[in-house]
This record gives sequence, C-alpha cells and structure tokens, in this order.
Amino acid sequence: MIKQLIPRMTEICGPGGVITDPAELRTYETDGLTSHRVTPALVVLPRAAEEVAAVVAECAAAKVPFVARGSGTGLSGGALPHAEGVLIVTSKMRRIIAIDPASQRAIVEPGCTNLSVSEAARPFGYFYAPDPSSQVVCSVGGNVAENSGGAHCLKHGFTVHHVTGLEIVTPSGELTWLGDGTGAAPGYDLLGAFTGSEGTLGIVTKIVVKLTKIPQLVKCLLAAFKTTGEGGNAVTAIIGAGIVPAAIEMMDALAIEAAEAAVSCCYPEGAGAVLIVELDGPRCDVERECAAVRALCEQAGATEIREADDPAERAAIWVGRRSAFAAVGRISPAYIVQDGVVPRTALGAVLDKIAELSAESGVRVANVFHAGDGNLHPLVLYDDSVPGAAESAETVSGAILDLCISYGGSITGEHGVGVDKSRYLPKMFDEGDLDTMQMLRCAFDPASLCNPGKIFPTPRLCGEVPGARRAPHPLVASGQVDQF
Amino acid sequence: MGADPVLAALAAACPAARPAQPGDAVAGMMPRFAASPATIAEASELLRTAAAHDLAVVPRGGGSKLGWGAPPRRVDLIVDTSGLDRVLEHAAGDLVVRAQAGVTLAQLGEVLAGAGQQLALDPPPVPLAVARTRGGSGAGAAAGSEAPSGANGAAPQWRGATIGGRLATGARPSAAAAPAGASAPSPWLGATIGGTLATGAAGPRRLRYGTPRDLLIGITVVRADGTVAHSGGKVVKNVAGYDLGKLFTGSFGTLGLIVEAVFRLHPRPASASYVTVDCDGPDEAYRAVAAAAGSELAPSAIELDRPARGQPVRVAVLVEGDPDGTAERTGLMRALLGRGAATQPSAPGWWGWPANGNGRSGRGQHAEAQPGDARPGGAADAGAGTLIRIGFWAAGLPQILRAVDAAALAAGLDPAVGGSAAAGVIYAAAGPDADPAAVAAFVSGLRGALARGDGDARPAPAPVPDGPPVLASAVVVHAPPRARDLMDLWGPVPSLSLMRAVKDQFDPGHRMAPGRFAGGI
Repeated sequence: MIKQLIPRMTEICGPGGVITDPAELRTYETDGLTSHRVTPALVVLPRAAEEVAAVVAECAAAKVPFVARGSGTGLSGGALPHAEGVLIVTSKMRRIIAIDPASQRAIVEPGCTNLSVSEAARPFGYFYAPDPSSQVVCSVGGNVAENSGGAHCLKHGFTVHHVTGLEIVTPSGELTWLGDGTGAAPGYDLLGAFTGSEGTLGIVTKIVVKLTKIPQLVKCLLAAFKTTGEGGNAVTAIIGAGIVPAAIEMMDALAIEAAEAAVSCCYPEGAGAVLIVELDGPRCDVERECAAVRALCEQAGATEIREADDPAERAAIWVGRRSAFAAVGRISPAYIVQDGVVPRTALGAVLDKIAELSAESGVRVANVFHAGDGNLHPLVLYDDSVPGAAESAETVSGAILDLCISYGGSITGEHGVGVDKSRYLPKMFDEGDLDTMQMLRCAFDPASLCNPGKIFPTPRLCGEVPGARRAPHPLVASGQVDQF
Repeated sequence: MGADPVLAALAAACPAARPAQPGDAVAGMMPRFAASPATIAEASELLRTAAAHDLAVVPRGGGSKLGWGAPPRRVDLIVDTSGLDRVLEHAAGDLVVRAQAGVTLAQLGEVLAGAGQQLALDPPPVPLAVARTRGGSGAGAAAGSEAPSGANGAAPQWRGATIGGRLATGARPSAAAAPAGASAPSPWLGATIGGTLATGAAGPRRLRYGTPRDLLIGITVVRADGTVAHSGGKVVKNVAGYDLGKLFTGSFGTLGLIVEAVFRLHPRPASASYVTVDCDGPDEAYRAVAAAAGSELAPSAIELDRPARGQPVRVAVLVEGDPDGTAERTGLMRALLGRGAATQPSAPGWWGWPANGNGRSGRGQHAEAQPGDARPGGAADAGAGTLIRIGFWAAGLPQILRAVDAAALAAGLDPAVGGSAAAGVIYAAAGPDADPAAVAAFVSGLRGALARGDGDARPAPAPVPDGPPVLASAVVVHAPPRARDLMDLWGPVPSLSLMRAVKDQFDPGHRMAPGRFAGGI
C-alpha cells in the first residue's frame, strides 16, 4: 500500500527527501522516549510548506496515517512513528524568515532549533523566551506541538504565550494560517488550541513568535539547605513576598550527587537540597529582589548562599542543574524521567510521600524540579539487568503520578501525554471531558490520520452523537478504523 | 405561567426559570424565557432541556457586553449566570483562584486584594453610566475615571473611579459608589468572569500580563447538549489534554456555556506611576511608543490617545513595581521620552478607554444606562456608539494611524483613536449619533487598506513574502443598530472553514448564540 506512495513522494520531496532503506528507517524508530520503538513505513523530509501540504494530501487521499517529527527530543513519544504510516520530518525546514524587532516578532520555519531563534534575535537586543532544556537541538515546531516550557517559564510563560501565528497543513492537506501574528486576530483562538495538541491537529509549517527584550540584569543565586523541606519553605517565602523570579529550581541530595559525579559542579558539600533562583529585569529591581531573596533563604535556614551576575558565573551555577537528567546515568544504569505537577504549596508534602514510596519499594528516586511552579521531575532509578527492576520502577513512577493527581495537580507539566501517559489521562479527565476534547480533533481530523493513537486512550469516532450509535460506524465497517 | 409546557420543562431543570421580560432582550431580539441556574448540575439540565425543545440559547453574565457582537439569529432562552456567584477556592500560596462564571470582576478583586493579589486583567469597559449632560466634554467623563490608587497604593485593577474607590472603601457595588454626578450605577461593575472570558476582553496591561486566555488555566463548560466538560486544572504548568479554555475564550457563547474558571494570579504591585508625553502626529507618537516598548524598563502598559484628527497624540506609559523601583524606572522612562514628558501618580483621564467620542465629546462616553432599566445591557445596546478594534504588528503603528485617517476622511468621519499601541491593539470610535452609512464606509475603507497589504499596513522594514497573508484586522466591537445592520462586524477571518467545523462539532444544531460570531457562526 504505502510502497505505491513512494514515486509521488519522491516527486514532491526530491530523491534525497524520501527514505525507504530499512536500516535508515530504523534510525527514526524512537524520539526522546526510547522505551517505545516503532519503525515507520516511510520517512519524508520536505523542504517547504507546500511540500508538506502535498505529502499530507497524498496521505489523506490514500488514507495513510502520518506523524510529524521535529528534532525527535520529545519525552512522551509524541513523535513515535506509525508502523503503516509516513513520518514527516521537518529538519530541512530551518529558515529564519524574518526578525522584526520593532514589532517584537520573528517568523521561522518549524525545523529551526529553539536556540537559533534567540541567537538570531540577540543582535537586536531580543530573545525567544521559552527555553526547554533541550533548546540546543529541539525544534520550534516540536515546541509548538508540545507547548514546551523550560526553567524560565515561571515568569515568562510557555510556548503558547509566545506564538502569535501559525501556518499549518491541515490533516486534509490544506495550507492555512491560524492567527495573523498580532495576538488579536478575530475568530476562535484555534492558534491557542492547536498549540500543545501534540501533532494531532495538523503540521506546523511556519511560526510567528514573540520576541522578548533581553533583560538589563540577570542575577542567579544558589542556596544550600539541609533538607528539601527547608528549601521548599524558602520558595514559599519568596513567592509570598510578591517576588516572581524568572526561575526557581531545586535538586535533592541524590540529584546533587549525580551532578557532582558527572560535571563536578562543586555545589556546597553535604547539602540536602540546593535551590537555584534566577532573577531578571531592570537593574534596580533585580538588585533589590536579589537582596530580599537572599534574606528569605537565610531565614529559611540556608547553610550557604552564592550569587552570580556575569554569564560565566551563572553558567557555573546552572551546569549542575542542566546536566541533572543525563548525570543520573552516572549513578544508575537506567532511569525513568517523570514529569508531574502539584500545587506549589503541596511540594513539601508530596516530596515526603515520594520519599516514603521510595523507602517502601527500595527504588531510589532523585528529585530535580521547577520548584516555582510545582513541576516535579522525579528520576526513578533502576538496574535494567535485574529482573523485575524495570517493573518496580514503573510502578513507583506511576504511583508518583497518582500522588500528583491526588493533590490536585497534573500528570504532565511540559513533556506531554503522547503514547506514554494516555492511560493516565482518564484519571484526570472523565469521559465527558475527553469526549469534548476530541470534538476538536474531529473538527480538524475527522479521518483520524494525523498522529493517531496519541494523547487519548480511546479514539472518538467523528460525526456521530455519542450514545446514539445504532450501527457500526462507517469507518469501522469499512475496516479503516479499529474500535476498541 | 404553568400553562407553557416548555417553561414547565425548563423550570423542572432549573427552578429559577421564568418568562422573559423586556430587559432580557438581546440586540433588540426578545427571548421567550430566561433562567438562572444555581449550580452546574442545574445548568447542565437546563441546556439538556433546551436541546430537547430546540431552543436557541444566549448566555449572559452581567450583561455589560451583551451589545457586543452581532445580534443573534434567534434567541429563545437567556441563561443568566448570576446565580453561579461563588469564589470557590483562593489558593493564595499558589497564586491561583477558582471561581464560578457569574462572579463579577469586582467581587473577585475584593477577595484577591485581601491577599495582596490580583487577576491581572483590566478589560475594556463597557457601557459606563455617565450622564450625557456631563459627557459633553471628554474631560468631564474622564475626571470621574481619574484613577485613584487601589487600597494599597497599587494601580487600579480596573480603570475607573468606581472600582478604585470601592476597593479603597470596601463598599459593595452600589449606586453610591458610582462617580459623582452619574445617573446610575456603572453597568460594567457587573462584568463577570464568564463574560470577560467569552468576549476575550483585555485592557492596557495586556502588554505585560496578556489577555484572558493567557491567565486562564482551567475551565468548566456545559456543552449545547448539556454535557459538562472541563480542561486544564488548578496548576499553572499543565499540558495534559487539549486546552478547551483557549477555544472558549473569545467564543461569544457560540460553543457552550462557561460555568467555572481557574486563573493564575499575580502579586498586586505596591506602587504605580504614569509617564505621559504629547506627540505631534503618528511618526512622533510611534517613536515614543517604540522607545518605551524597546526599553529595559519593563513597562506594564503603553497607551495612546488622539481625540480627533489633527490633534496631538497623547502617549502614556504605566510603570509598576515596588515603590523604589517604580520611582527609579519612572525617572528613567521620563528621561527616555525626552522633553515634554511628565510623570503623574494616577492614570490620565483618557487612559485605556477605548475611544468613543467622535472627537466632539471626548472619550469614555459609551452609553447611558437609564435609571430603572432592569438590564444595563439593553440600555447599553441602545446608547452605544461604534467601537472598532484594530489589531496590527506594532511596528505598523504610523501606517495604521494614517490608514485610519485616510479611510475616515473618505467616509466623512472623525473617529477618536486610542489604545494599547505597543501591544498592537488600538480602537477607533465614533459617537452614537454618527451617520451609520459613514461608519460603514469607514470600516469598509479601513478593511480594504488592511487587506491590500500594499505596504501601508505591513510591518517595517519590508513586506514578508512568507509571513501571514494579512497582518492586521478591524473588528467592530459594538455599533448602534442602524450602523450594525450595514456591516459585517467581524470582517474577514482566517481559517473560517476550520472554525465552522469546530462549531459543527460542539453545537451541531447551531443553537448556541447563533449568528453572534465571525462568519455568521
């Protein structure tokens, strides 16, 4: 079936833009979530929006599913290929089309890396605010799909707050714009609804992003505490004082140990927790806020405080935090990166419960988190050579999500649902919620060809009122859709 | 009353169902029934019953913006959210609040102010009750809205003396809290969370804090068929599932009924001040706006105002923060804006008011609520002038101002112009007595200039071949009935076919506020 598409795809994308060799196809079998692997039937690398549209139109006509992929750094399997589908890779679409500092906007193609946008804007005194830790490689198109955050989204917001226009290819293969770049376009906010839809509503081909003025001063403060509880109290005090730092990050003893082993970050010895607080803005405000944060940390029992305002010193503070995920590989053969959210005020209680879970199960958990917005990234450590260890780790990891939900939080703060967490989604949302969300899906993609099988545990069949079904859905009857 | 079987069915679902009264009219359309559910369960039953009887439904909050958007094609039932009036949860430590849709911004502001917090929205006002006799001069209306600082000296959370004064005194909304000389309570005191979301209304501080969609983190809605659905949650950082909040914000009731919302909050800044400068023409105004926007001084809002063609363009910049920082940055901002710049502790009279004075009468004179009107919305609808929202790329400000002037001249109109220049949103306004044909000709001429994209409305420095096809829009927010009938209020909308598909999914019977929205949705 899919073989018949190859000549036409080659016509569209050029001979270098179609991959059919099985070994080469296998290099696309996974994204950043390596526990899921599916080899795509076909990979195409279009060079322009019109080529993406033509590829999708061919898929739609042949009723072949398709999945978009940027740099493949996603952590929930959102870009996991479909075995009988086409993987559409945007890595050849890397033009920075325009930088308009006077309007504080840039227009970029989806394959641009996140960091490249900031680099292009820097000579004008601007940057692109969302900064996922993979920003050196991750693509802006992927950021739009996942509504990516980053350490600094506490103050500056997520991708959805920084995108004002999207050119997309709809699942039927049409090119259209959502939003006009102003942030005040008339009509439904499809731009907002599309952002974070994990590639299930269409494929982004151009992006208008907001640019943010580079702050006059950035100060970074590292405070060591005896326990995460004390660190948590400092966070509460900072927020309670009406200060909104650009970022507040915390690492526990195990995460610090891993970072020391990996990058010798020289954090204060014997610390049970370190807090990294970054403040940015006008010089006068930052200086004053920094002094206030220092005092609040001292009051909360900080054993050591370091301060940095030049880029090199700040980088030295951040190096441990930035390396934390990968560093855990130094102290454990394998690990699961979890992504849950709790109300900030529940952090202390939840960390205690995670410690209990860890003690009961014997599974070690290192905690690295965006403390300012309650976004936990517990790293669940295990030895994959020990039978049953992976399952125990998975159980603990799942229990942490249950914990987040029980405190009124979320199963994902920035990594997305993808294939990884669709089974947890019904714990947050009931049938009516999920059914309603999928109405949006049905409006964009009634044939369910665009990144199928992601986010929602049970696909909604489009074009019918639920509960009123008397005969099999036509798509089921014709064998185009499976019903579970 | 019991004789009407449909009313009986509605009353069974929601005890506070009744026959409609004249004050329930929407844009001159008289519904048959009105109902005010007290719980989400009642709201759900009510919409289920409406669906069973094929009733067209228009949701209503405080009624302050009921005159916005096109008149509904049909309306049988008004669903009034005033019974859903509880602030359910204010998690001050998490800077989050959960409240029912009928909670007013004023009511919510009071709760939050107690914790030194705010919902950082200052939506455009809406029919302000200012007696016409004192509205003859813009300054007269403006004096009433010369914003006093809030209870703790912070910038007013909503512009206008009524709110600021009331926050200071802690009084309940009442006629006594209205500006001296006003003939009736300001109807917009009653603006609700639900209505603010449904219209996506935002004000000057959108520059710093964004618009309602940016502050909304969770939503509960009742679908046209009565199904209750929610998305998002109580945490700011959350990417689980589709974000229905974005879809419902600004949807004008056409997708369903908003019943509950969760917002992220911000600390109330301890102090605020304004730097103002009068500029000679669009280019000079743009230089001031661009200097403020491109500075490192983190202004919260940058507004401009021009009461009539040929008059100076007034620019004002809001600086907020702790007292020392505000003072320091205000000084720097004043120096940046050069000779003629001045500072003042409170907002200029014209601040943030979408213009509506036709030059002759200044701004802030939106409509007149008649004493004794049951629904302020009805009066607002009758007395409002024309308000046009123009969205554009910020660098295009001088071109946009010139396009407005050219279209206005050709139409024989002299609209007041003003708004959030640095955020790319300004308003043009004509008074209630402007010639309807001239208003329509102005709107059509302006849209023509924007659509041509011949350079006038393009962002500097040059047209972008691969950017969005059109970089600006002109939407008529409200207009007097005679002008309204001559125009498509929404104008061209990109991706309209996708929007229609969304509408068909959520409301296949096209019973929710039919015809109110873009493209006749």
